[in-house]
Amino acid sequence: MSSIAAFGALESGLVFALVAFGVFLSFRILEFPDLTVDGSFPLGAAVTAILIVSGVNPWLATLAAFFAGLLAGIVTALMNVKLGILNLLASILTMIALYSINLRIMGKPNIALLGDVTVLTPTESWGLPYYVATPILFAVVVLFMFIVLLKFLNSQTGLAMRATGANARMARAQGIQSTKMIILGMAVSNGLVGMAGSLFAQSQGSADITMGVGVIVIGLASVIGGEAVISPKTMFLALLACVVGSILYRFAIALALNADFIGLKSQDLNLVTALLVMFAIVAPKIKPAIKASIARRQR
Amino acid sequence: MIQLNNIHMTFGAGTPLETRALRGITLDIQAGEFVTVIGSNGSGKSTLLNTLSGEAYPSKGNILIDETDITFWPTSKRASLISRVFQDPLAGSCENLTIEENMALAWNRGESRGLSSALSTQNRDHFKTELARLGLGLEHRLSDKMGLLSGGQRQAISLLMSALRPAKMILLDEHTAALDPKTAAFVLELTCKIIKENQLTALMVTHSMQQALEVGTRTIMLHEGKIVFDVSGEHRQGLNVSDLLDLFKQNQHGESLSDDALLLS
Repeated sequence: MSSIAAFGALESGLVFALVAFGVFLSFRILEFPDLTVDGSFPLGAAVTAILIVSGVNPWLATLAAFFAGLLAGIVTALMNVKLGILNLLASILTMIALYSINLRIMGKPNIALLGDVTVLTPTESWGLPYYVATPILFAVVVLFMFIVLLKFLNSQTGLAMRATGANARMARAQGIQSTKMIILGMAVSNGLVGMAGSLFAQSQGSADITMGVGVIVIGLASVIGGEAVISPKTMFLALLACVVGSILYRFAIALALNADFIGLKSQDLNLVTALLVMFAIVAPKIKPAIKASIARRQR
Repeated sequence: MIQLNNIHMTFGAGTPLETRALRGITLDIQAGEFVTVIGSNGSGKSTLLNTLSGEAYPSKGNILIDETDITFWPTSKRASLISRVFQDPLAGSCENLTIEENMALAWNRGESRGLSSALSTQNRDHFKTELARLGLGLEHRLSDKMGLLSGGQRQAISLLMSALRPAKMILLDEHTAALDPKTAAFVLELTCKIIKENQLTALMVTHSMQQALEVGTRTIMLHEGKIVFDVSGEHRQGLNVSDLLDLFKQNQHGESLSDDALLLS
């Protein structure tokens, strides 16, 4: 793997760490299987792209992407808690609706950002190669969100949200309005994903209507893979696992696709992703299984 | 004072499966009373508890706490007035949160929750002293996950949690039924201690007539959604299980009780 490829893997790993945070909030904290992310990721990209080409400050455009994702998450949550639609189905409905909405926002399937001022433009004056400067900037963003999320999850409200996902009946008996917590959690989750879509579009130099396909699988792969490496005993470790999982996933993909002796090509990306997720889920179960079989044999 | 006025609860009204779980329950509970509720399966004990906790709204009648009508308050809103210990030791706490986090949830029961840290040195110290009262050594395990504890330990913590903040009423839903006899006795003793020390008003549902008489200050028996008898004070002193059965027979015009579980336990 060349150093450019390695930095590239680090860069997308950092962007998708934000997706992993979002997926961790929905799947792990709220136990809400949320596929909205496949729509809120390109939504963030679309909002940012259209604002940037109209001359808006790129950081404001990134913040706008966060709020657009927030709204998408609220729509899914409301469909679930107010209209009683099954959580998974509610998220699929938002996801496909967002496909149309994203096309409406962009007005066309693809917006190029080449030559426009993005959050990465100031890094050009750092005197570093672009493929080093970008991951540094993204690392700062991820670190910031990491600290904010950690503070939040350990706050009274964050604890209430964790209780809602873990034991909604007990949470209600403690005076926690579980519907509010689901709406808030889903909003923040998709806000993070929208922000990731925004940063991804800015680093890739374009927003594309199809860029959301499979984002949920990558997010899940990062969360599950991270948990396999770092046992999420505390919120700090759980969030760290998201970041590590996301970066490891990107390196695993880069290695698999760059290793000529395996013979994989870039079109095999989704196949490799699916296999990696499968492996990450099964791997933690293999060790106890082997131990048990050894114990059986010794008897 | 907690007042229940002519509470009716009908499930599936107008269908062939119509069930009238409660048929006109009227009950006044004075502050400081410890009421034990007995009744066979299907007598309406759980439904009564659920209407008090807000998990089900009555079809008729109303519930007042200190003159405030709370009949249609959702569970989360009632939490400021009512705390609850569940029958299932796993239901009253979150197993993947730590002991201190579970207690922090109860620490803010019924209050608005902000963005300040859920745990502080102050409330940790308070949790430690509370846990030390149990004599189970749990005060040294504040950051252990709840899931690591036994059913009895979890139930004991649930009890502490329910009394961590003042409540107008504490609901105990057969909270010793899922425990082994020795642990059940320990939890019951702890219940009486906590209720006495905090001068709580309590309503405890139990399956055992013996237990219903041993603890508390007042006993009511439900049958087919109605209160068949309600004894307290002097009348309750010295009553035993067979007296209760006689009382039941008198009030049911000779029909005798046929629930073995209730008689044997």
